[in-house]
Amino acid sequence: MSAHQPLDLPRWADLVVLPLVNLAMALAVAGVVVAGIGMDPLQVISLLVQGAFGSRAGVSYTLYYATTFVFTGLAVAVAFHGGLFNIGGEGQAMMGGLGSALVALALGDRLPAALLLPLMVLAGTAAGAAWAAVPAALQAWRGSHVVITTIMANFIASAVLSYLLVNQLKEPGNMAVESRAFPEAAHMPSVHQALGWLGIDWPSTPLNLSVLLAAAAVAGVWIYLWKLRSGYELRAVGHAPDAAHYAGIRPRRQIMASMLCAGALAGLVGMNELAGVQHRLLLDYVVGAGFTGIAVSLIGRNHPVGIVLASLLFGALYQGGAELAFEIPAFSRDMVATLQGLIVLFSGALAMVAAPGLARLLAWSRRARPAGAARG
Amino acid sequence: MDRISKRFGAVQANREVTLTVAAGTVHGIVGENGAGKSTLMSILYGFYQADEGSIEVEGRPVRIDGSRQAIALGIGMVHQHFMLVEPLSALDNVMLGAEPHWRLSTARDVVRERLQALMRETGLAVRLDVPVEDLPVGERQRLEILKALYRGARILILDEPTAVLTPQETAALFITLRQLRDRGTTVLLITHKLKEIMALCDAVTVMRAGEVVLDCPISATSLDALAEAMVGRRVQLGRDAHTASAQPGTVLLQAENLALADGLGVPRLRQVSLTLHAGEIVGVAGVSGNGQSELLEVLSGLRAPQAGALRLGDARFEPAHWLDPARARTLGLAHVPEDRHRRGLVLPFAAWESAVLGYHRLTRYGSRTGWLRPAAMREATAAMMADYDVRPRNPLLRSSKFSGGNQQKLVLAREAQARPRVLLVGQPTRGVDIGAIEFIHARLRAMRDAGGAVLVVSSELDEILALADRVLVMDRGGIAGELPIEHCSEAALGRLMAGATAS
Repeated sequence: MSAHQPLDLPRWADLVVLPLVNLAMALAVAGVVVAGIGMDPLQVISLLVQGAFGSRAGVSYTLYYATTFVFTGLAVAVAFHGGLFNIGGEGQAMMGGLGSALVALALGDRLPAALLLPLMVLAGTAAGAAWAAVPAALQAWRGSHVVITTIMANFIASAVLSYLLVNQLKEPGNMAVESRAFPEAAHMPSVHQALGWLGIDWPSTPLNLSVLLAAAAVAGVWIYLWKLRSGYELRAVGHAPDAAHYAGIRPRRQIMASMLCAGALAGLVGMNELAGVQHRLLLDYVVGAGFTGIAVSLIGRNHPVGIVLASLLFGALYQGGAELAFEIPAFSRDMVATLQGLIVLFSGALAMVAAPGLARLLAWSRRARPAGAARG
Repeated sequence: MDRISKRFGAVQANREVTLTVAAGTVHGIVGENGAGKSTLMSILYGFYQADEGSIEVEGRPVRIDGSRQAIALGIGMVHQHFMLVEPLSALDNVMLGAEPHWRLSTARDVVRERLQALMRETGLAVRLDVPVEDLPVGERQRLEILKALYRGARILILDEPTAVLTPQETAALFITLRQLRDRGTTVLLITHKLKEIMALCDAVTVMRAGEVVLDCPISATSLDALAEAMVGRRVQLGRDAHTASAQPGTVLLQAENLALADGLGVPRLRQVSLTLHAGEIVGVAGVSGNGQSELLEVLSGLRAPQAGALRLGDARFEPAHWLDPARARTLGLAHVPEDRHRRGLVLPFAAWESAVLGYHRLTRYGSRTGWLRPAAMREATAAMMADYDVRPRNPLLRSSKFSGGNQQKLVLAREAQARPRVLLVGQPTRGVDIGAIEFIHARLRAMRDAGGAVLVVSSELDEILALADRVLVMDRGGIAGELPIEHCSEAALGRLMAGATAS
């Protein structure tokens, strides 16, 4: 028995009400901060929502950002179900992008898009998985903690990327540290283009067909974790390693499986950012998305559906924030970052703060109801 | 405590429970798992608030909102799972949260002085400067009691205090509790073990399904009357419950000269040889920690020994290529592990997920391509639950939400369901209530009668005597002796457990 008040929230309260309460608390505190610098919180929030969801272009941008967060969020969640805390999404995403880019640069002139794009996806997942395999193997056979080794792998990945770009891939004479542009066949079609083929008019935004890849990844992870035997074994290892051993499950295999899967998912970031938007390999296209993935997974309770919702939330913050900074110059990017920080704080780190109050409220309303019925 | 009621969702955990405990007595509270004893004590200790009813302590009506208040009222609790910080010394554990001075060295001096006085007074001996992780279980428990007394407890609640103790430690604990009572401390003892109630308590309250069914001084009741009140029907434990005895057949499992040393090179198993025949129950007795756990781990394939050999049916295993748990299952060996929380179940899993653990690769639970068949798994779980009377009968409920006895029945049902030829059972009824004990024993006998070989490891001598056809006694990692059940008595087994050799 723990010394804390035991909490027995019904599933719906735990999964729906509690996150909304947390979000509301974060927004309330953010509102105070906004009011503190002399702005109208209501105007700010309405601009933010307007920017993120108010137009087709806004929605597209939100979805584009969310796509990347889905990949990195899933990369954290899959490892988490295996009992591992994968901090290496950043490095795995960089290496995955590198893999896709190398295929694009090497074969882009020779293959049609229909062959090249799947190959790039394959190369991206393989490279991300390979990068995750090293910390995974160290954890499985040597017991080196995966938190430490994945963080270290992030730095190495960053250094490898810099080296390759500066010394090998950069075009002579170009001042920017970036590779030459990918050939046309290596461009992930944008949603604007794709809908255009169907005769639908859609604003031109960075949103590209990688969003379908993300949707497939969400479904795939859900099936893996809850419909497949291998996912069952993974979760058993994650929850109770001794029980898993007793059940004849090999923990090492599951550690490798979950980390390889995580690396592969993170490796798909390159498809959204490089093949979809930048059309070249550059230095910092991941820009912290790997770390944001940790917050996304935390807020999404490591569940694919939760991760979709959390990714949309972060996508909306990115997009709405950018719009906000444009509309009110005094509301800088830093304020947007503050807002994001508050949401992570309340939904992640303090996720359970409101739970006891909510539990008491529910218990009270349940007691009040029969009494009221008796009176009536 | 007067007319206490508490409801959790659809479950009425306590219904108008009235409990009166006289100061300076040892009062036993017994009941099966889920009878509401723990809920009642949690209300008294402030973990929960009662929906209805009132509490009076020493004549004054009180409201207890948390353990802090309970402590202030002189109520102390010793939990079944100790609440100690293992790397800290015994002294620091007592001091934690009740430091009498901001400078720790001064605080330690003050606490040490008071504790030494307290230890002299009560006879509770604890080495104060040893880290808790290095203290044996009995001493940790004394430390918990000391901690409660240090905080001024006049009412001491002990939750299943003997579940983790050896018979010797239990005897020592009882002496201490009697001394505390004679000093004027009131002791509330929650337990399953009726013998302990009869031996120690002045009065007893029996609970069943959230209500008090019997409340009387100990002189007015008997072991059988308590058991009947607790279960609600007559129970029969022990050997006379069955007439048929062993018909040993062919050898199903044979272990030769198993030897195992732990990471520090301390031998855990020394030259252990044993044979299991079809149609017999072999009991392994011994003070816990004498190699029984390691023996189970080696025989079930969880751990490879350094030397020795194992024959299981027609398969033979050497240390270099030892049996693994998955292979063990395919060879018809099932294992009910000692620690169901750590090994037997995945606590956050739904019951239906835990109920196929280890058998999840069977084609009836999933396709060859790796897809699970949740419907088939849930159906199988429902059947297991019906067969083994697991309550509540809900395959969707989390494994952690079942009581200990029901968890154990679920694990046993799962292992029995595979129709094993050899069944290894560790502590079959640890923390299990008396009605379920009878049930589990009957099932183990039925498996024996169906031609299975059963190995039962138990630290309860009563259990060994009730179940086994042949008894092995383990001492310091070796087999100290083997006795057919006809020659077994508590005295004879006790001598072997204490290190004497078999004559």
